[in-house]
Amino acid sequence: MKKALTIAGKDFRTYFYSPIAYIVCSFFLFIMGWMFFFNVKAFLLRSMGFNMGKATSIAEGILRPVYGNMNVILLFLIPFITMKLFSEEKKLQTIQLLFTAPLTVTDMVLGKFLSAVFFVLFMLGFTLAYPAFLIAYANPEIGTIVTSYLGTFLLSMCYVSIGVFFSALTENQIVSGVLTLISGLFFWLISWAAQSAGPVWSDILEYLSLINHYNNFSQGLIDSSDVFYCLSFTGVFLFLSQRVLDSYRWR
Amino acid sequence: MIEVSGLTKFYGPRAAIQNLNFSVSAGEIVGFLGPNGAGKSTTMRIITGYMPATDGSVKVNGVDVFDDPIQVKRSVGYLPETPPLYLDMVVEDFVTYAARLHDVPKSSLKKSVTSAIERTGLSHVRKRLIGNLSKGYKQRVGIAQALVHDPKVLILDEPTVGLDPVQIIEIRELIKSLAGNHTVILSSHILPEVTATCERIIVINKGQIVAEDTIDRLTSRMQHGAIIYDLLVKNPSDAGIASLRSLSMVKAVKVDGSKISIEIDPTQSDSRDRLIENAVASKMGVLEFSPEKMSLEDVFLQLTKQQ
Ligand SMILES: Nc1ncnc2c1ncn2[C@@H]1O[C@H](COP(=O)(O)OP(=O)(O)OP(=O)(O)O)[C@@H](O)[C@H]1O
Ligand SMILES: [Mg+2]
Repeated sequence: MKKALTIAGKDFRTYFYSPIAYIVCSFFLFIMGWMFFFNVKAFLLRSMGFNMGKATSIAEGILRPVYGNMNVILLFLIPFITMKLFSEEKKLQTIQLLFTAPLTVTDMVLGKFLSAVFFVLFMLGFTLAYPAFLIAYANPEIGTIVTSYLGTFLLSMCYVSIGVFFSALTENQIVSGVLTLISGLFFWLISWAAQSAGPVWSDILEYLSLINHYNNFSQGLIDSSDVFYCLSFTGVFLFLSQRVLDSYRWR
Repeated sequence: MIEVSGLTKFYGPRAAIQNLNFSVSAGEIVGFLGPNGAGKSTTMRIITGYMPATDGSVKVNGVDVFDDPIQVKRSVGYLPETPPLYLDMVVEDFVTYAARLHDVPKSSLKKSVTSAIERTGLSHVRKRLIGNLSKGYKQRVGIAQALVHDPKVLILDEPTVGLDPVQIIEIRELIKSLAGNHTVILSSHILPEVTATCERIIVINKGQIVAEDTIDRLTSRMQHGAIIYDLLVKNPSDAGIASLRSLSMVKAVKVDGSKISIEIDPTQSDSRDRLIENAVASKMGVLEFSPEKMSLEDVFLQLTKQQ
């Protein structure tokens, strides 16, 4: 575990040597800032009486759309953060350093995973400005803010774990990123298929869909089955990454 | 220190190495010599635990690499064929990272890193980005990375490739200075490279060991117990050559233009002076007298012929 943190620390710092991280981070904050501003403005207009009589809470009017969108944007941006994790090391053969150092493949996988998770947390850290703003000028539902962040964080872990897996699978960063994005979308949209599937399949697909597991969080609820789903999802992909890397040397 | 027995590695259906057996004792410097594709890197990758063998075993300090890779990796430093360098890192940070990955305790981290950087002559570039260094310096960073945890065993895959002559000599000196405290295996496909640093050579060809001996014995064996000298003269004359032939220690003489190759019998006492005196006396105008340099091709031809 100590080695995993060593790897994570080094890789996290490496993010700041590459332009990709700055581009991803600025783009994320730009879109989110704009979205926040837009939702706050719409909310203010509505609460000033242009809402045709129906009053909404801050949770409904601002938090849900803002954090809901944040999740979609992260789905698209996280592949850029994870695409090079193992791919680049394989391509440049720097992975030899890890494979010949006294550490386990689990250390490597956890290290890479944590480095990307740290970077996501770094990006999320900036967005704390929005609830801070709301708290300063209004009275938002603190509980919903907390659960929104928890949900966003758990879903991000799922995306990152997919990214770790595909970066372990291929030396090509682009392929790794694209496959991560496609799989993320697949798990996000799987509930569409659920609607046309038969009764049993429909339940299974609904359960597998990532989007369904975010709904409760966005409403200020923490359901242990959602937490369980996200943690198992992450665990499965990290386990698969570990298998892939283990077999990498056996060819 | 290192015991390799029955080591075999298949890449798909092709065997890269087959049934290698050798051992290296503590403090020894051993050279792997072999042409491209002989299986040198493959053998080294297995010893370092980078990849598993198809068959056979490797023991480092009595511990099997397959059974307890972590334990073995702790005591091995490895410079792969392509040094594993993060080009976007600063030299010092990278060496520190390698040290931490290899369990160097926090208390001696700084000391180990500084020492590795100094020994490889990197002190003046310690704050530079690895990506901006010349090839030779990158190679040194690779060596520093292998040395930093002061491993008992060092596996260096072509350590001096890409270095200029001055750096080659420096790195050779560095490797020689490691003897005694460290067990070193290095690979090369250049004969002088291994003769300059190693006490013992293991010659590999097509995945098999064709010879394994000390440098001296190997060279004399390779030359069928005879030693060949090249004599370069201005004007070779038949009379002069005939008089060389008549000397008792001369076994054979071959003439190629102004180059006269003389094979002498090494069992007789050293009589090279008489050879030169004779050549000078016959007024051929001696320009040069030197032992014949054996190329790697010659070595292999000789070694495979003997089998
Ligand atoms: N990853 C691999 N997949 C398939 N074949 C390989 C692989 N690595 C090496 N080989 C083959 O194994 C044989 C031995 O290769 P190896 O790299 O060990 O040779 P070497 O002695 O180090 O050569 P060189 O002097 O060129 O470095 C070669 O025939 C090579 O083509
Ligand atoms: Mg090689």
